[in-house]
Formats: sequence, structure tokens, C-alpha cells
Amino acid sequence: MADPKKYDNRLGLKGWWGGGRWGFERYAYTLHRLTGLGLITYFVMHILVTSSRAFGADAWAEWMGNVAGPIFHVGEFLVVLSFIYHACNGIRLILVEFGFVVGKAEEPIYPYKTSLNKQRPLLIVMMILAALFVVAMGYDYWMLH
Amino acid sequence: MSKQDTGARDIRFIIRRFNPETDEAPHNKEYTVRVEPGMTVLEGLHQIKGEQDATLVWRFSCRMGVCGSCGMLVNGKPMLACNSQILHLTNSVLTIGPLPNFKILRDLVPDLMPMLKNHIAGKPHIVREDFDPALTPTDEYYQTPEELVRFLQFSYCIKCGCCMAACPTMALDLDYKGPMPLAQYHRYNADTRDGGFEERAKLAGGTGGVVRCHYAGECSNVCPKGVDPARAIQLMKRQLVAGYLGLAKQQEPCGTIGPDPNARHREGVPPPPPFTIDRK
Repeated sequence: MADPKKYDNRLGLKGWWGGGRWGFERYAYTLHRLTGLGLITYFVMHILVTSSRAFGADAWAEWMGNVAGPIFHVGEFLVVLSFIYHACNGIRLILVEFGFVVGKAEEPIYPYKTSLNKQRPLLIVMMILAALFVVAMGYDYWMLH
Repeated sequence: MSKQDTGARDIRFIIRRFNPETDEAPHNKEYTVRVEPGMTVLEGLHQIKGEQDATLVWRFSCRMGVCGSCGMLVNGKPMLACNSQILHLTNSVLTIGPLPNFKILRDLVPDLMPMLKNHIAGKPHIVREDFDPALTPTDEYYQTPEELVRFLQFSYCIKCGCCMAACPTMALDLDYKGPMPLAQYHRYNADTRDGGFEERAKLAGGTGGVVRCHYAGECSNVCPKGVDPARAIQLMKRQLVAGYLGLAKQQEPCGTIGPDPNARHREGVPPPPPFTIDRK
């Protein structure tokens, strides 16, 4: 018998955002991926720009001039923000993914408490830490330079 | 006699419809249902099918959150239709669609076969080298209550697919096996009666395995049975890494008690029926 026609209902990128009232960890997951992509983009640009030094001091000066505008200045701060978030959330994920803060299996009793409840204090601590780093770096970046 | 407010109200159901014979893509259709307090989404669907539109199709069986057939996307969140009371969800509009991240067979019926194939591939049963549990089903195992708790939570899975529909990695990653099959790999790996870890480790550690999970946690948020697949996957990651690094405790599967040598057949008690499987 021929396979019946089916409609592919995979959510794609939309699935990263959920229905608008999902758990906080989903948004931490999505932001982690976006900041990761941002950092990779910066890394590629960084390699391209600094490699211009191989073509002499004039090429280096020209490239540095190209990336000295206010857009790149703001962009660099976004890289700092991405790095802080990615690092703080990454430390949480390393601990979670090695099973250290998700708790042991337990009898599910309604209303169910899951591993999300177990690791949430760590999530809150890491986000407060990230916020402190953002304030400190923001002060340094915008006020002292 | 004064009129009492019974709490009943008209609720607008917006239901995603898809007929593979006539439709190219799903579309929404609206119905209005008089909803009484305590009425479940499943009962609302029955009312529509019985009184308004006999062509509406969905899957259901037990009506009490045990069989896992009626998983669907209700007001944007995967849940069991039989387990969810309408007036707990809304006072006006209820949107119902099939579980995302599965292909739609018709209306609210998802194709769960890809999920179940991955589940079956992980041998969801006790695997032993010393004997076949299917051929000696009457033997009891030496297992402590503490050892039971290590996997009991994960054994409550009813394969409804809600976790797969909620997972953001499933939404984009075609290779990912998904929270349900992976949690069930751990359910058997954590069972001291089982000796199939090596076989399941190849699946769980390979392409589309546990490393694709980055703990969005939605599987555990939506699970109607409190199974917590996210926990199972993270615990299995630790087990796998420990195995690769040679740090895992080497433990043989627990033994069986065997038949009681003092047991005697009592007179007057009819003999048990013959085995339904071949005991060689």
C-alpha cells in the first residue's frame, strides 16, 4: 500500500521560541544559541581583520580604519555581552549536562517537581553574576574609554 | 427559584484541520461549544463530533491519562486532551492543533512512528546475556527499593509524544532522536536487572543522541506524568562520559532468586495453564 500523504508539522526556528509562555530555561537555551552564533561571527571577522597585518602596515591601518566606526564600537560591546552571557550560562550547562545539579530520580508526586526546579537556583545565581559582569564591563567600556 | 450561575459558558474552539485527500496544508475551523465546569478538552471534541462535525478526527482511548493517545497542542502547549479541563485553560477561546514536530496524518492525529521506531531500536526491555527474560518470566530478581527508585520515575512514560512536540531541538534537528526514546534508554540503563547498556550507549552516544540536548527543559515542563526526560538525558550523559573515560563502576546485572525448592503444588489447586511461548 502506498504511504499516505502527510503534512510535515516540524516547527523549525519557530520552535526555539515556543508559544510565548514557556519555561525560562527555553529562553536561556535560545539566547545561548544566538550568542554562540554571534561569537562565531565575531571570531571569523576578527581573524579576517587581524590577518590583514600579513599584507603590511598600510593594509592593517586601512582595515582598522574600516572597523573603527560607531556601529562597530556598539558591535564590540554586544560581543562582550554575548561572551558574558554565553560563559555564565555555559558554566551552568556544563554542570547540568554532567548531571550534577539535576538531582536523582525520584517518585513523581503531583504537582510534579522536576530537575528544572533543582537547577534553577544555579540558573538564578549565574544570571545575577552575568548581570554584575555586564554592569562592570559597561562602566569600563562606556565610561572609562 | 432564583437562577443560579452554573459556571457554564460558550467557548470558541479553533481547531486545526487537515485532510490528506483534499487539503494541501492545514487550515483552522471554528466551533462553539457550551462548556460545563469540569469538562475536558476531549469531551469538548466529542461534543463537536457528535453534534456539529462528524468528520473531525483525533486519537483517544482510555480517557484518564493512562494510554497517551490524545496528546495535542492546546492553547500553544502540548498536553493530554483527557487530562485538561477547558475552563482551567480559557474563558473564551481554545485553540487545538496536532502535536508539532510530527507529520500530520489527519486533523489532530500525528504520525508517532518515527518516535516509536527510535524507542524500539533501544531495546525497551530487560536485556540479559545469561538468560532470556522472555523465556523465564517467573523468576524474581534481587533488586532493592533504592535501586527501583533509580528508574521508576522514567518508567511512567506513556509515549504520548508531548515532550517531542515541546522540544526546541526537535523543532530544527532532523537527526535528533528526541526526549522520549532517550529517556527510555536511560530507564533501562538505570535498571539493575538489565545488561544492555553497551548496545544502548551506541545509540544514545551516536548521531542524534544525548549530546544534541542542551537542556531547554520543555520536555519535563509538559510531561503529563512527571517523567522528567531532561533529567534522564543528563544522567545518561554522565553515565556515558564516565563509561568513555573508564570511570564507570563495573557492575553485573543483578541475579535472580530462581524457583523455590521447597514449593509444593497443593492438592485441589488446578495446575497453571501451559506457557504461551516456547520454553526450550
